[in-house]
Order: sequence, then C-alpha cells, then structure tokens
Amino acid sequence: MTIELRNVAKNVGGETHIYDTSVRFAETGFNVLLGETRAGKTTLIKLIAGLERPTSGEIWIKGRDVTTLSPQKRNVSLVHQFFVNYPNMNVFENIASPLRVAGVGRKERKRRVEEAAELMRLTPMLKRRPSELSGGQQQRTALARAIVKDSDVVLFDEPLANLDYKLREELRDELPRLLAGRGAIVVYATSEPHEALLLGGHTATMKEGRVTQFGETSKVFRQPNNLDTARVFSDPPMNAASVIKQGNEIVMDTARWRVPDALKNAPDGAYTLGLHPHTVTPVQENTEAVQVQGKVIVTELSGSESIAHFTRGGEDWVSQAHGVHAFKVGETHDFYFDAARGLYFGSDGRLVA
Amino acid sequence: MARITLDNLRHSYLPNPKSDEDYALQQIDLEWQDGGAYALLGPSGCGKSTLLNIISGLIEPTQGRILFGDVDVTNVPPAARNIAQVFQFPVIYDTMTVYDNLAFPLRNRGVGKAQVDARVREIAEMIDMTDMLNRRAANLTPDNKQKISMGRGLVRDDVNVIMFDEPLTVIDPHLKWKLRSKLRELHERINLTMIYVTHDQTEALTFADQVVVMDEGVVVQIGTPVELFERPTHTFVGHFIGSPGMNLLPCEVREGQAFFHDSHVPVEGGKTSAAGSRLEIGVRPEFVSFASEGLSVDVVKITDAGRHRIVETRAGDTAIKLFVDDGMSIPEGTAHLAFDQNRTRVYADGWLAEESR
Amino acid sequence: MAAKTENQRAWFFVIPVILLVAFNAIVPLMTVVNYSVQETFGNNQFFWSGVTWFEETLKSERFQAALGRQLLFTAIILAIEIPLGIAIALSMPRSGPWVSVCLVLMSLPLLIPWNVVGSMWNIFALPDIGLLGYTLNAMGFNYDYTQQPLAAWATLIAMDVWHWTSLVVLLSYAGLISIPDAYYQAAKIDGAGKWAVFRHIQLPKMKRVLTIAILLRFMDSFMIYTEPFVLTGGGPGNATTFLSIDLVKKALGEFDLGPAAAMSLIYFLITLLVSWLFYTVMMRNEGEES
Repeated sequence: MTIELRNVAKNVGGETHIYDTSVRFAETGFNVLLGETRAGKTTLIKLIAGLERPTSGEIWIKGRDVTTLSPQKRNVSLVHQFFVNYPNMNVFENIASPLRVAGVGRKERKRRVEEAAELMRLTPMLKRRPSELSGGQQQRTALARAIVKDSDVVLFDEPLANLDYKLREELRDELPRLLAGRGAIVVYATSEPHEALLLGGHTATMKEGRVTQFGETSKVFRQPNNLDTARVFSDPPMNAASVIKQGNEIVMDTARWRVPDALKNAPDGAYTLGLHPHTVTPVQENTEAVQVQGKVIVTELSGSESIAHFTRGGEDWVSQAHGVHAFKVGETHDFYFDAARGLYFGSDGRLVA
Repeated sequence: MARITLDNLRHSYLPNPKSDEDYALQQIDLEWQDGGAYALLGPSGCGKSTLLNIISGLIEPTQGRILFGDVDVTNVPPAARNIAQVFQFPVIYDTMTVYDNLAFPLRNRGVGKAQVDARVREIAEMIDMTDMLNRRAANLTPDNKQKISMGRGLVRDDVNVIMFDEPLTVIDPHLKWKLRSKLRELHERINLTMIYVTHDQTEALTFADQVVVMDEGVVVQIGTPVELFERPTHTFVGHFIGSPGMNLLPCEVREGQAFFHDSHVPVEGGKTSAAGSRLEIGVRPEFVSFASEGLSVDVVKITDAGRHRIVETRAGDTAIKLFVDDGMSIPEGTAHLAFDQNRTRVYADGWLAEESR
Repeated sequence: MAAKTENQRAWFFVIPVILLVAFNAIVPLMTVVNYSVQETFGNNQFFWSGVTWFEETLKSERFQAALGRQLLFTAIILAIEIPLGIAIALSMPRSGPWVSVCLVLMSLPLLIPWNVVGSMWNIFALPDIGLLGYTLNAMGFNYDYTQQPLAAWATLIAMDVWHWTSLVVLLSYAGLISIPDAYYQAAKIDGAGKWAVFRHIQLPKMKRVLTIAILLRFMDSFMIYTEPFVLTGGGPGNATTFLSIDLVKKALGEFDLGPAAAMSLIYFLITLLVSWLFYTVMMRNEGEES
C-alpha cells in the first residue's frame, strides 16, 4: 500500500518535464527525490499531490487510482520551501485548519493541535500570528499543519532550504522521528546529497526529468547504476576519469593498476572511473593506493577537513580529506586513491563494476 | 584599501537603551587587517547584519567608532566610504548589458572611457564572463547575476572593503562551491579586504582566514577555522560549528578532575580550573571513538552519511554522538567510548574554563 | 479517458460566464454591427446598405474633427498625468505613519463619480459665482469656459488631471515599494545619482504597472463622456465635442442609427488598435531593450 507511478509522463507546451517514469515508493521511511533545480522534483511532487495532471500514465495511492482525483480527494499534505501559513490566523488556528476542513470535532481538534505543537516545540507560540514568528517557527507551523491530519501522503518540497544551517540540522533530525509510525507515505524533495543521506530511507535520483535510480539511500550512494546517478549524488562533484582496460591492467596515463575482480570478464577498452571525493586523499593510506599528481586550483579548509580542487590530465578532480592539509594553489601535489573503492562505468554510462 | 577598526562599538535599535538586553549589538572591539578574508558567522538575529550595516554606513551606531585606516568614518555616508557590497539576492540593473553593469560604478565616478573599458574587460575575465559582456543582464542565471554583483564591487580600485551578505542564498547547491572557490581565487588575486556574512558554517569556514562567531549580539569567539573547530572557547561555537556539533556532558569537578556519571574523564592538560553553576564537558564527535573500556553507553541510532557514519549513543539522558569511518565496525547494544584527551575540555556557564571572563 | 470527463465538467462552470458575456457584450455588439450595414426609414424596415455608412463616416469632416479633438485631448492627458503621477509617487514617503495619510488623500478623488466631478467643476469654475472662475477673473484673467474654447479645454484637462492622476500615483507607488532595499543600497554604493537611480532602477521596475496605468488612462480618456457633457455639453460651439459626445448626438439627437452604429464600431476598433499598440510596444521593450 504505497504510492505508485505507472508510466507517468508530463509535457507542458511541447516541453517534456517528466519522461516516462515508473516508481513504486517505499511504504515506510522517507522517499527522497534528489536532484538539481529543474530536474523535475517539484513536478513529480505536484503530480502526486494532484496539483497537476500527468500527460499520460497513472498514479496510484494506497491501492487506489487517483490519477483524475483533485488534491482535496487525495488526502495529502504538502510543505513548501517557502513558509506558507494563513497570515490572518494565529498558530493554533493555522495548525487546526486542515482538521476543521476535515470536520474533526472541537475537543479532538484541540487535543491534536496541542500534540502537534508540542512535537514542533510551538506550544508557547500558539497565540501568535505568523508575522510575529521567526522563519524557523513559521516553517515549524507549516510542518505541524502537515502532520496534524492523518494524511495518506506527506509531501515535502525542499522544506528546509530557506532555514538557517543549524535549524535545518535540527529539523532534519526531528522529521523522520515525527513521521515514524504515522502510516503516511513520505516523499521529500531536496537538492542536497548530504541531506538525502542523513534522512536515510529510499532515494530516487533525478536528472533532467528522469528518475535515474530508485533504491535504498545508502545503496544508491554506494552502488549507483549509472554515471548520472553518481554525479547527482555527490557533493563536492564526483571525480570522473577516463581509463582504459588492457588485459589484466587498468591504465590511466602513466598510472596503472590491477583490474578489480568484478571487471575481469569485461571487454577491454575505455571506461570511466568514478571516485567519490572522500576516497581521494593527500596522504597515502595504504601501500596499494594509486598515486596521481595534480595542479591545485582551489583549496577549502573547513576546520575539520580540507578540500582541494585540482586538475589532472585535463580533468577536474576533487579531494576531500579529514584534518588540515596545507596545499599551495598553483603547485603540483600528490594524491592517492584506493582503486578498489572506485566505480567503473562503461561508455554508455552504466555501472560495470 | 585599509585596515578596519571597530572601537568600543555598541548598537541599539531603541532610542533610549537602558539594559544590555536593549542592545542588538553588545560591545565590540575588533581590528581587521588590510587584505584579509573575514567571516561573520551566526544564526539569524545574532547581530551580524547590524554589524555589516554599521560598517557599510547604512546604520549609525549608538556608541563607538569605526576607522578605515586612521580615518574615523563613523559619520561618513555609505557612498563616501568606498565600499562595495554583494547582497543576498543578486542586484543587477535589468535594462543594461553585462558590460554596462560592470561599467556603472566607474561611469558614475566620471572615469574616462578607455580606462573603463580596460577595467571592465579585466574584471570580466576574472569572473569568467568575457563572452557574455554584450548580453542583457536581466536574462542571466542567478549565479551569473551574482557574479556580476561581485564584479561591480571589484571593478573599482579605490574600494576599502567588499562585503558579502549571504551571497549564495539563491545559488543552486551544486554551483555554490564554484562561486565560493571563485571568491577565494579573487581574494588571492586582488588582495582586497573582504567580509563575508553568513549563517552557514561551511561557507564561513571555507572562505575566511578568520571567523567572528556571534550569538545574541555578542562576539563569542574570533579565530581561524582550525581554532574554532579544535578549540571552541564557548559551547555555542562548539554547537554551531560542526555537524553535528560538539557533545556536551553535564559534569562535576572535584579537585581539578572532571566526572561524568561518576566516571572520571581525563581532560586537556590533565586538570581543569572550571568553576561555576553549570559545568559541562565538551568533546566533538570527531574526537570520540569506540573502545574496549571506558564510559559505558547504549548505541541508539546509526546514520549513514556516505563517507562516514554518525552514531548516536546514550549515557543515561545524555546523548553522545561520534563519527565512525566507512569500513569500521560498530558495536551493537552496549559499548564503551573513549575521548581524545587533548580535545576534551570543561566549560563553565558556557565558557571554556581556562579562558573564562 | 476519465481525465476528459473531468475536463468537460469544467466547461459547465464556464457556461454562466459565457452567457453573461454574450448577454452584455456580444449581443449588443452584434446589434450594432447589424445596424451599421443597414438603412432604415423607421417602421422597423431595414435595407442592406453595405459599407456605405463606414465610408461616409470616415470621410465626414465632422467625424474627423471629433477624432482629432479626441486624440489631442488624450495625448495631453497622458502627457500630464503619467509624469505627474510618477513624480508624486516618487515624492511620497515609503514607510512611516504618513504612508496611509498619503494613500487616503490620493484615493479620495477616485471615489467621486464622474457626473459629480463634472457638476463640482461646473460650479467651481463658473466665472460669476464659482470659486475658481471668480478668483481667476478677479486676478485679471479673462476666463469663461462657457464662452472660450481654450478655457473650456483648460477646465476639462484640469478636471481630468485632478480626478485621475491619483490612479497613476497609486499604481506607480505600488511598483516603487516592491523594489527591494538592496537595490537602493547597491546604487548608493555604486555611486549612482538620483537620476541614474530613477532611470536604471525605479523606471524599469515600474514598467509593468506603468503599462497598465497608461492603458487604463488611454482607454478612459479616449472614451470620456460624462465630464464634458456635464461641464460644457460639447461646447462652446463644437470645441469640446469629443467622439463619444458626437456619437450620442448622432444616435439619440439625430436618430441616424446606421451612421451612428458605423461610427461606434470605428471608435471601438480605434480604441482596441491603439491599446494593442501600446501594449505590444511596451512589452516588447521588456524583453529586448539593451
């Protein structure tokens, strides 16, 4: 009993916003839609909410074909990036509004609003108007409104994007806990890979109107089926290097190493080696590590880690390492990576090993 | 270009401030060196925007002075201060081309045509927009618009300081690091004093040589990114910088030794002088690890963050988080924790004991 | 497809509106079209007359004179009200207690009905008892709008400016206050003067509302009827006989239904055409100006 997209596509005025997409979302935990701006996340959310109709295909929610149903009849909640509250109502009335519409009795309404307010730590603010609240409190109110009714589906469209860094961290931590055990299917759109990982659950990576992969979040991160997914799910950007398989060796310019077992039976030829930035380090962590040299273009130190952007063989690389490492911009440094932790993609972009 | 001095600065939005609480900005004394890259970091409402507006001259402080070099500019209007500012939302002149946008500040100051042209082309090259010079600025993407805003700040050579007010707010996450590195690069190339205001620790730490952390109108710590990370002098800094922030364990101090749940926790230097009504041990998740003996805790939650896992443990009511690298094993149920002694410290009423005020 | 049935149901809700529009716009318009191509001698007998009335109207000096007066009037109105409205909007406070005072003051003239405005000015400007007329004459100006064409025009223009400039002010003001502070701050820092701020920030940001203001003021002043009717009745002579007044004279005074219908269609088409021209020109600049 979940949300199912069956061959859903959406065209607007000759432009394709969503290409033929079929996904069966997970019933529990978060379903994260991860992708850049204009990848189609918001369109997909709107399709599920019923704010837009698919050009073709069907949408099923909990065993019911809802393709033609209006949002009101789908029992969904939606939280936007912008803090959307009724400005003329106080926090209590705002949270109570979906219950009033649903015809929940006064007493029950009060109980549930107070419960939701408590969870969102809004109890002292119940009497205030949205204009008297901080951004974080406004968004908490919107979130409380979304969880107060027993929706079949709770949709989030980058709900934390406009909040302070630390607030984002807190809410990101709280949200899965608040929604657990409510029986609602949760779909959460974000453009930050980091956020997808911390929310856990399942992730659908999206690129230019296509879902490139759907699966358990950490699996999608570690074993992306294709280069697009790997790229969408990496920040800083994934390193992609051209390598050549020659018999039992992989050759990358002057560097060469033994073919990993999984690639043994693959044909010789050109492959793309994908390396997450954290697997490329400025210190040699084991003797098997492959050494490359790169000219450092930009360095970023954040106290706990060092990021170096460098060029190697005409390609842009990024290294992300624990601790503080001194790089001189414009100079050549040695970097190391463990070839066994690399991902090999074929010329069609599909993961080979 | 100039050194910036904030002398005995204080500001209140109320006409007759009485108590400390009436001040949006508590007393600040600061000196920023010529050509440095600085960040003002804090949550919204911490006073960082007020401070920024005081420096740019949009707000006159209730008390104190601002000096550019040796010149007191406290009462000098913004236009006469020779500063540049990049705002949260890109400000571009819609009706003009990229070229005219960049030339605007120079033309307003009556700079000669040939000189304008040379300077505009030089800056356009720096911000990688040479091929867009004749495009209309209104039709560009947000990141390009923001680059023009930056370029307009850089184009003048008489600028004392260039200020950034949350400049990456409207930029796509995957483009943020590009603009961030562009900024670093520009700073290294032209060596101008830059002040960057943000609530985002990553942006502040990666941009600045020195970060000023603010909370509720108070400067809680000034330091390099490494200092802020390795030795926060206030629990707020420990909490605000780092994700997740520093673990705080309520403790007792007996004869200079710290005890948490009656077990002894060795701290930096072997001894602490902390005394106060609220005593806490602070240690970052990065400096906690599983061990065969030590503080006993329950493992409650494991979050896979990709390159490492964040493990949440509990000792009684106190949550203690730690990082475990990819590939390392995590014990189930009950486990023991060890703290890196050199990065474990006692805080009294929020302040690091050795440096309490 | 099920989706289609829903779409068809949506049409249901549109039907009342279509009926309403048909009743009060399309049906009367078609009647006028009908009249414009027919000849009648009363007795409800009609004969097909083709485009005779159109030719006649377009060639008639009376029509051309009325059209000329109309265009001149509208041009003067726009030339005064738009800049004046912008200037007033620019000088209004953007925050503080005076904002609401200014807004109320500005809205007052808009609340007064056309015929009342006409009557007010009619009395106000009378040379013997009106405050304005009397004062002007007392000051040595020979002013009598019932006798002098120039005085009649001046009074009409003053009246329209008084009545409608506030509309331009309110629209411009709405455009102005929507400009984020950051723009002004950036301009200050860039060293831009007042004129540069107006030319490069305020004017471009006001463009959309100004387009609406110009369109509204054009259409309204081009179709002006009540005010000259009440003030001068089209006189002295034909000095203030604008298109609408001429049309009414023809249709109801002389009962020339055919030519009147042709004339009103031409009138309608001119209004439509000029509005469209204004709109496209202003909106094209929106996209391409450099």
